[in-house]
Amino acid sequence: MRTALPVLTVLLAIILVWYVAAVAMNATWARDQAARADVTLSNAELVRQTLTQDRPVLPAPHQVALGLWEGLFGQKITSKRSLVWHGGITLSATMAGFAIGTLAGILLAVGIVHSRAMDQSVMPWAVASQSVPILAIAPMVIVVFASAGVTGLLPKAIIAAWLSFFPVLVGMVKGLRTPDQMQLDLMRSWNASAAQVFWRLRLPASLPYLFASLKVAVAAALVGTIVGELPAGATAGLGARLLSGSYYGQTVQIWAALFAAAILAALLVMVIGLIERLVLQRMGLAR
Amino acid sequence: MLTAAPILIVWLGAWGLNTWLARFDTRLTRLLVALIFGATILILWEMIVRIYDVPSVILPAPSQIGASFVENRAILWTDFVQTILRGALTGWIIGALAAIATAIAIDRSPFLRRGLLPIGNFVAALPIVGIAPILVMWFGFDWQSKAAVVVVMVFFPILVNMVAGLAATDPMQRDLMRTWAAPYWQSLWKLRMPAAMPFLFNGLKITTTLALIGAIVAEFFGSPTKGMGFRISTAVGRLDLPLVWAEILAAAIAGSLFYGLVALIEKKVTFWHPSQRA
Repeated sequence: MRTALPVLTVLLAIILVWYVAAVAMNATWARDQAARADVTLSNAELVRQTLTQDRPVLPAPHQVALGLWEGLFGQKITSKRSLVWHGGITLSATMAGFAIGTLAGILLAVGIVHSRAMDQSVMPWAVASQSVPILAIAPMVIVVFASAGVTGLLPKAIIAAWLSFFPVLVGMVKGLRTPDQMQLDLMRSWNASAAQVFWRLRLPASLPYLFASLKVAVAAALVGTIVGELPAGATAGLGARLLSGSYYGQTVQIWAALFAAAILAALLVMVIGLIERLVLQRMGLAR
Repeated sequence: MLTAAPILIVWLGAWGLNTWLARFDTRLTRLLVALIFGATILILWEMIVRIYDVPSVILPAPSQIGASFVENRAILWTDFVQTILRGALTGWIIGALAAIATAIAIDRSPFLRRGLLPIGNFVAALPIVGIAPILVMWFGFDWQSKAAVVVVMVFFPILVNMVAGLAATDPMQRDLMRTWAAPYWQSLWKLRMPAAMPFLFNGLKITTTLALIGAIVAEFFGSPTKGMGFRISTAVGRLDLPLVWAEILAAAIAGSLFYGLVALIEKKVTFWHPSQRA
């Protein structure tokens, strides 16, 4: 309750500013149209027209909401105009990439924690790999894969995986190293094997870090997939929807796709948060 | 099978050398291990491309990329100026200043802080790159629209960090300022801004790569006939993959330099912080 009121106030303020901006930005076009038709607009008419244009510079919130509603529930989900269909395609590539990236990140982290040679050779390059703006070259990756005959889900998933592996790697390395000397000594005094130390001490201790990383990673994977869809010839996925909207000046379509992506990202992070709560509760680590 | 033998030998040899070196664990050997690992990957890459005759349309060899980099210096420089200096850097500076100002404004009102922070955190996790087509439509094809995309992308991560930073002083210190009758601005400048610096620089460092990405991705939605994003997409169209990789290399170098520069300034500014004294 303490946060609900401020958040709602801020949201309302944003929507208000948005409406004002929509009127201001769309007014030029409405005035031009009126001048061409030789009519003068009253202020009320002007406002009404700016909020109902087909291709506004800035669509009003209710237009975006309507576009989103149309896209989500307005047609069968198998239709190519359905945002559910496009979202599903984006989601499947995101999940595949997220799975690959998470697995790679965890495996690398386990290797790094257990082998000093790997720590010293892989870790600096893993950090350096993040200076390659993969999102910027995502289209190239897609085109190169396509020229090698690989299309569809896999190329997008690889970009998503590349983006999601790093947060997982960093989080897991930190997490696997959290057990302090005292705990490790205790394991040694119980004559635990390396495998036992890993499964009974290091892995459980790393889970809170893992989940924090997963939330970052899943959002990153979604961004990667969407950008990966940009050059796909504008056929399928939320990214393709953005691109075709930008080609044909369909601003409402762009905004609807954008909000669909935002909702998807929020849902994914929420699902991870839910799993986190359940797992940590089960382990007695819930906060 | 036989063709794979030299690749395996090089790999195992380098790995053996690294495992042996890693045992010394000094500053020098650590650097050496990392360098050897990097060099091994490059050598293996070159060997694989040569031995299996991989067409350069799919994967050019490092030597080809290097040659293309040297050959196209002039093009790479114009692209660097257009995308990094004009688009990314301008946008990053504007976005950072706006975020810091907003954070100070938010800090004065607990109501706003409670209202804006959850929304800021939420927005920071969204695929903001998606607004690129809209902003390109609004601000035109030149670097201004790229800077606008970068402003929006870097704003929220820096804002969230800065607000957390302004809250980082403990009540005891703030009370002390109050007992000295320090006015709000004085305690902000002398106590809370310095305390916020580690947080601020955390946000600034995170957003260096974001700025690069925003500027390059925005160019896919329309750009003048220069810029890294433009060059990447047209070079891919002509299947000039060595040039594409040279652009990638340039972007990676620019990104590392940008990050390194911010980290260097951080070191100068927050020399007192425990993480810098270690």
